[in-house]
Amino acid sequence: MNEQKHNNPNEQKSLHEKTDKIIEVVGVTKVFDDVTVVDDMNLSIKRGEFVTLLGPSGCGKTTLLRMIAGFETPTSGKIFIGSKDVTYIPPHKRGINTVFQKYALFPHLNVFGNIAYGLKNKRIFDKTITDKKGVEKDVYRKFSKKEIEEKVKRALKVVGLEGYEHRDVNSLSGGQQQRVAIARAIVCEPKVLLLDEPLGALDLKMRKEMQLELKAMHKNLGITFVYVTHDQEEALTMSDRVVVMNDGVIQQVGVPKKIYDEPSNAFVASFIGESNILSGTMIADYNVSFCGEKFRCLDKGFEKNEKVDLVIRPEDIEISEQGQLEGKVIDVVFKGTFYQMEIATEGYEFTVQSTVGRKAGETVRLAIAPNSIHIMKKLRTTNTFVTVLDSDTSIELCGGSFEIINDGSLVKGDRVKVTIPFDKIELTDDESDGIIGVNVAQTLYKGSYYQVQIYTDTDEDFYLDTDIDWDIDDRVGLKIKPEDIILQKLEEENEEADV
Amino acid sequence: MKRLTFNRKLFALPYGVLSALFVIVPLLVLLYFAFVDGDGKFTFENFADIFSKGTIKVLFYSFGVALLTTVICLVIAYPLAMILANSRFNKSALLVMMFILPMWINSLLRMYALKNLFIELLQIDTGFFMVLCGMVYDFFPFMLLPIYTIFVSMDKSLIEASYDLGASPIKTFFRVKVPLSMPGVISGIIMVFMPTVSTFAISDILGKPENIMFGNLINYWFTKNHWNLGSAYAFFLLILIGITMIISSKLTGGKAKATTGGIL
Repeated sequence: MNEQKHNNPNEQKSLHEKTDKIIEVVGVTKVFDDVTVVDDMNLSIKRGEFVTLLGPSGCGKTTLLRMIAGFETPTSGKIFIGSKDVTYIPPHKRGINTVFQKYALFPHLNVFGNIAYGLKNKRIFDKTITDKKGVEKDVYRKFSKKEIEEKVKRALKVVGLEGYEHRDVNSLSGGQQQRVAIARAIVCEPKVLLLDEPLGALDLKMRKEMQLELKAMHKNLGITFVYVTHDQEEALTMSDRVVVMNDGVIQQVGVPKKIYDEPSNAFVASFIGESNILSGTMIADYNVSFCGEKFRCLDKGFEKNEKVDLVIRPEDIEISEQGQLEGKVIDVVFKGTFYQMEIATEGYEFTVQSTVGRKAGETVRLAIAPNSIHIMKKLRTTNTFVTVLDSDTSIELCGGSFEIINDGSLVKGDRVKVTIPFDKIELTDDESDGIIGVNVAQTLYKGSYYQVQIYTDTDEDFYLDTDIDWDIDDRVGLKIKPEDIILQKLEEENEEADV
Repeated sequence: MKRLTFNRKLFALPYGVLSALFVIVPLLVLLYFAFVDGDGKFTFENFADIFSKGTIKVLFYSFGVALLTTVICLVIAYPLAMILANSRFNKSALLVMMFILPMWINSLLRMYALKNLFIELLQIDTGFFMVLCGMVYDFFPFMLLPIYTIFVSMDKSLIEASYDLGASPIKTFFRVKVPLSMPGVISGIIMVFMPTVSTFAISDILGKPENIMFGNLINYWFTKNHWNLGSAYAFFLLILIGITMIISSKLTGGKAKATTGGIL
């Protein structure tokens, strides 16, 4: 209780005192048609920072950006720009600008007209006058024609399109249109520039060029950049800080190197870069076991024999005579500067990158150094729900009725805590073969099996282990054998504590 | 052995035959009749008749009515199209259907209904006002549809971009929405103006004798078996409409092409 009392005022203070924070997102939730797209999000962005919102499509990153821009209003929560609450302020009064995914250039205006559009709406401080009553008043004015011309010229120079003023925007290439879109936004000198997958429509070479140019622009202009992308490489190359999102929730926030080296969970590890993600057991502090071997590691503070996820980057595995694991090379691909090999060991198929290539079929030993093993807490180890018995021999779960084995201690209407292990859930190809229909949200290869995350029509998540790689977004059936459902009766009064 | 190959041009053949039979040949016949007298001798007499004082007056009157109808249709249709294009007010396009539905009913039937309605219920007699109401009523969907279509397909991110660049909703309306909707407005104008200037049924049913339009004159000559005069009148109107359309297309830089299917 005491702690809470201290915490609250501090939080309030930090919100308003720290002026180096240009954007504050506080407890923002956005619900579209009963689907929670952004879930209770907190995020602060420092002045002058280059922050990237990274995640797979549908993770809520664009919705978050649109709420900062003002095109969407949060269902709950608040957004501050420069310590001013802008949650309900319309976009044209926010003083920030956006570079849109498909450029959104005005087709009826030429390049000059597009770039000058924002300037013509702007009012700037002119002078302070004293009116008849002796009150000092600030007078604002529009930009003069000459000023606008100069500013447009300068913006075009920044994006490398000098002399393009009178070109029709429809006659420009994708890359040039992109540059005009950027010029149109930066010419307004916004406090924050929002970029919504701005390079998505460009080809690879163009994209690489623009990445470097954007980075240089950020450095020279000193504007805060909030950048949305699903391209992890882009995020790591350009950003000061990366916000990894999934399912409307922030998974990890950190500098690119930290995100890469120390992913906070299996999702981040699999999304950022190539990686080997395995399940292991913490035997003791600094000791982990996987693939039937014990390894030294740098992590501690886990419970004894706690199941963990661990990530090993392909370039951190060494092929050496002294290696702890024996494996067989299955596949070798030359990638230009290194060889990428698939090496099967007892229980896991490792992806290994090395400058020395081995032949397929060769038996090798793999050495993994303690600092190459990064241990992560498992997101969840069992599926747990609280529900009621809808008959003496079945429970209501996620819109379906599952049969259970009742030892006689439970009756219809009892509240129970249901636990279902990952490996006891079965998916069926045909939705009608399962007890309920579910959707595959994501799958994660764990070496010898896939960990699949599914969501039900009641928006509950299940995790399960399976030998089959299910397709994301597939509609499948789900069934559980009665004997695999572990039940624990909840007493009415302590149900809160149990949940 | 020669293989049977499907040339794509082959598919255009039925249309080619049809348009030759029902468009080009009748036009040539019209042209012939317009330049001959009753005995088949070449003459300009038929055209000279148009420039008699009474006819020119009717011509100006027809253009005036058509122009007024077009303006009224535009003034009503534009805001309505904007409202209907907003899915908040028009779930599953049902409301649009309500405005289009009258087109399914025969135009004459609707005109007679309108006449009775005006006379019996509103105590308004036939005449200019009723003709105008009939015209607007009959041709309104042709103005609404193209403007509605253009608003529905308008890229929302352009409007967001305008807000984003600091433009208020009113500024955004005049500087983005209006210019972007021009192709729809122009095709709406063409689709209303062209038929109203040459119509005769509406003025016949809803108007008094002094409300006759140029279309009525053409109708009169043909029904009285003065084919040569009728042809000349029809040909003259054709040329006038053609000139009007060419001027409007030049004024708008051919922007209406996309929505009118390139009529001109």
